[in-house]
Amino acid sequence: MKKFIKPTFVAVTLAAMGVIAIGKAQAAVDTETAFVLNSFSFLVHGVLVMLMAAGFAMLESGLVRSKNTATICLKNIALYSIAGLMYYIIGYSLMYTDVNKGWIGAFEFLYNPATAELALLNAADAGKAAANEALLKDSTYSSMSDWFFQMVFVATAASIVSGTLAERIKTWPFMIFVVILTGVIYPIQGSWVWGAGWLSEMGFSDFAGSTLVHSTGGWAALAGAIVLGARKGKFGPNGQVNPMPGANLPLATLGTFILWFGWFGFNGGSQLALGSAADASAIAIVYVNTNLAAAAGVVVAMIMTQLMFKKMDLTLCLNGAIGGLVAITAGPDLQQHAYAIVIGGIGGALVVIAVPLIDKLKIDDVVGAISAHLVCGIWGTLAVGIFGSGQIVTQFIGIVSIGAFVFITSLIVWSILKVTVGIRVDEEAEMDGLDTSELGMEAYPEFGRGS
Amino acid sequence: MITAVIKPFKLDDVREALTEVGIEGMTVTEVKGFGRQKGHAEVYRGAEYTISFLPKVKIDIAVDDAAVEKVVEAIQQSANTGKIGDGKIFVQELTGAVRIRTGESGNEAL
Repeated sequence: MKKFIKPTFVAVTLAAMGVIAIGKAQAAVDTETAFVLNSFSFLVHGVLVMLMAAGFAMLESGLVRSKNTATICLKNIALYSIAGLMYYIIGYSLMYTDVNKGWIGAFEFLYNPATAELALLNAADAGKAAANEALLKDSTYSSMSDWFFQMVFVATAASIVSGTLAERIKTWPFMIFVVILTGVIYPIQGSWVWGAGWLSEMGFSDFAGSTLVHSTGGWAALAGAIVLGARKGKFGPNGQVNPMPGANLPLATLGTFILWFGWFGFNGGSQLALGSAADASAIAIVYVNTNLAAAAGVVVAMIMTQLMFKKMDLTLCLNGAIGGLVAITAGPDLQQHAYAIVIGGIGGALVVIAVPLIDKLKIDDVVGAISAHLVCGIWGTLAVGIFGSGQIVTQFIGIVSIGAFVFITSLIVWSILKVTVGIRVDEEAEMDGLDTSELGMEAYPEFGRGS
Repeated sequence: MITAVIKPFKLDDVREALTEVGIEGMTVTEVKGFGRQKGHAEVYRGAEYTISFLPKVKIDIAVDDAAVEKVVEAIQQSANTGKIGDGKIFVQELTGAVRIRTGESGNEAL
């Protein structure tokens, strides 16, 4: 190790002493330093994205009624766990190994550290230097840091589905769907773009996953909502919509803040490197765009709900933040920060329009995930063709092909689950709340203002 | 036995007024209901719905017959905002009362 650190140290010292002129463009860090920084970026940004699972759990806990709170908490921690296991077992290889401009990766079980890394870790002292050199010749980051960063993304896609289907779905069939979504459906469509498959070959651009993660979750949620049906009493016989207000709006607000926080990892880490001044500058730009878009989404949602409903709606403002974040996710590397405000603001507006519209279609989306993740994901991906580097036609082809694949496969899986094991709790269980019927426990069991 | 249903934000005023006329205990319950004020419409996530039961506070006070008039007056004065939805006061006969700690009964127990 020492051998590789030393030259940097000397260079820095000399630079500080003014011996080396810094004017020389791009005095790049050495390969080992870059390897360390790149891996560090994957791991730390990955940890931020991991916290988004908690954000979803709190947002959903706040927007369901208290009789379904414990169940939604269980579903959120369960789906995060299943996503991580499935992505290790088959998902990552299916998405990244040997895609070769095609539409699917390799069926290889259990993704483990690269051979060169293991060789370095296990080399005898005499062989360390050679093993180190061999590793750095072929890779610029540690293999498992990348696995970790990609794993938390698939968990995000699964979280989106959970909120839409809350308050009426059976827990185990939902988990079976999560197994298939995170192990097969998500990795296959992901391979088309991030695995260097056919869509990336065409020039389709999705920086951090407006389409690949958020729309994918949204399409799967939409298919589920259609097959599952609305909560009892949500829609009246004459087309009226009966609101079922969430139990705890502070919790929903905290969840949204946590998601916003985690999103800096989601978008910032998607630069996929931190080993140069250019990467550091790019990540900072991504952070700022991400924040501007979310802020614009909230402010637009505030103004629109005030104008449309005569009062601001907190829950729609929370969705507005997420709409703005989802919208900027496809192109947070825009160098004009003002565009991020436009993209995020339109995302916030789309949420406020889409939530009542989806209600009108009699699709029961408990937390507004279809509006925030699917609708804004489509918008954000198109926005890359308008403001960013992408071509609008290619962006459109990507949206439609991934949408069709995820929606149709999800529809098939949900339908099979429905006719075999059944996906919906019975009417009495739904009225009593899933906490009692599915878990036999309540989120707030004390006498008084409990469940 | 005096039962009053009042606006929740008036509770402190009523309690103060009752303390002034010598009341030493009461039971307070959060309740919901409707009267001439009816409910009102709210919008949640773009869908309008009616809140048909409004939150109120119910006070139960057991008093000696001689005190009924001034207690009712104190509540009526202190809970009054002049607007619809101020609530109602009901008076009914109480056939008995016992203080659990000592076993005293009747007026002694109040």
